[in-house]
Amino acid sequence: MKEILSNITKDYLYRLLKEGKRIDGRDLIEYRDVQIEPDWAASAEGSARVKLGDTDVIVGIKMDVGEPFPDTPDKGVLTTAAELIPMASPEYESGPPGEDATELARVVDRGIRESGAVDTTELCIEEGEKAWVVFIDIHVLDFDGNLFDAAGIGAMTALIDADVPASDFDDAKEEEDYPLPIEHIVVPTTFTKIKDQIILDSQLEEEKIADARLTVTFNEEDEIVAMQKGLRGVFKYEDTLECIEKAKDIGKEMREKILDEVERENI
Amino acid sequence: MGSNEDIELLKDGERLDGRSFDELRDINIEAGVLKRADGSAYIEWGKNKVMAAVYGPREMHPRHAQETTKAVVRARYNMAAFSVPDRKRPGPDRRSIEISKLMSEALEKVVFTEKYPRSVIDVFVEVLQASAGTRCAGLTVASVALADAGIPMSDLVAGCASGKIEGQVVLDLGKNEDNYGQADVPIGYIPRTEELCLLQMDGNLTIEEYEKAMKLSIEACKEIYELQRDALKKKYSIELDKEDIEELKEGVE
Repeated sequence: MKEILSNITKDYLYRLLKEGKRIDGRDLIEYRDVQIEPDWAASAEGSARVKLGDTDVIVGIKMDVGEPFPDTPDKGVLTTAAELIPMASPEYESGPPGEDATELARVVDRGIRESGAVDTTELCIEEGEKAWVVFIDIHVLDFDGNLFDAAGIGAMTALIDADVPASDFDDAKEEEDYPLPIEHIVVPTTFTKIKDQIILDSQLEEEKIADARLTVTFNEEDEIVAMQKGLRGVFKYEDTLECIEKAKDIGKEMREKILDEVERENI
Repeated sequence: MGSNEDIELLKDGERLDGRSFDELRDINIEAGVLKRADGSAYIEWGKNKVMAAVYGPREMHPRHAQETTKAVVRARYNMAAFSVPDRKRPGPDRRSIEISKLMSEALEKVVFTEKYPRSVIDVFVEVLQASAGTRCAGLTVASVALADAGIPMSDLVAGCASGKIEGQVVLDLGKNEDNYGQADVPIGYIPRTEELCLLQMDGNLTIEEYEKAMKLSIEACKEIYELQRDALKKKYSIELDKEDIEELKEGVE
């Protein structure tokens, strides 16, 4: 079912944005209240629950011993999936992942995989035969906009939180569990363009009138590791540069927050 | 980007296929290559061979996907099973679902969709031979096919990618450069308004390298745009001999 935004709300949003204001009183470039809760699900090897305002996402990591891909026989396997379950929004339906869920999973996956956030060579058990398979599952509980950041932050936090369950598997090399080898901490930052305004962390109503979206993922070495433009609108090249510069600084703050929360959890 | 230090991509500072850093592979575009489709086009881009067909505007099925005020542009990117070294299992996978979505969004921007409420414009992009850069080739050829179908558009979309190999920013990655390089930034560009309707990136880039890559791609898109226009002109211009001109003159009088 498609939800419709009333014209009066639309006009109100446009009018506010024109004056540089937002419906919830935030600045254009400001996150909602961010809550990161690592190790939320004990059944998972690693997990995190992330709330951006009312958007609520849980990411869980499960691991299994499987076969490495033939073209990377000395590496473990990473796979990311997202489910937009009917619980999270009247617009979501049960069934196999649609294009929105697919795009979400692939953007999160790209940030983690291409950046080498996880050292997958450490996850090889026996070259060409056995390797750890890491499943990253994104579960959206409540959808109030900006799933890309919530899921990306959740996935990174869950990976940091994860322990390789070596003690549960007879065919693992090690006998004791050990932390998942993390090489980089990557953070996505998503901007939304509405008419000529570019805002950070759009909530649901803003997303409904969004023209275009740009996700920029940075690692801790100030390198861009993934980008994705979405929706039917366009960006000027200069706009993308401005977003990138901002994402660098915003990502830095978010990275510190993730590490703080993980540390607090471990005390 | 599966970086692998063992694989050489530059020799004595030069690309292995002899191209300079800002040089495209050979591109050939032909408009109107299919009989049944309302519009079609074919592109050869290096070793890529991609065909696009447009059907519509036609009635949207399923009906709940209809938009009451405009047409929906529905692109479907599909790779033939034989288009890659290891057979690709037929049917949509996650990668092609994502590319289809991004292509639909990118193309819709230049189509005057408000002219055809409740209808769909189907764009079928078939990759017949793949060799890095198929989404850009697909986007490029799809917009030619839309024009060939006579769909009113504000402009064509040109697609192109730049990337990084062995620390060097280069235009239009070839097969090995794509597989073993360090970054890839595909874009879709609307030349008339200088806007980006597709932008993705994976790998590692500093901000300076991103600027360099974008400059290369945007310039290349302007070149590709000319090739797209030439293909359409070639299809729709007619050579007139003296007799034709006389006939036309008489018609005017």
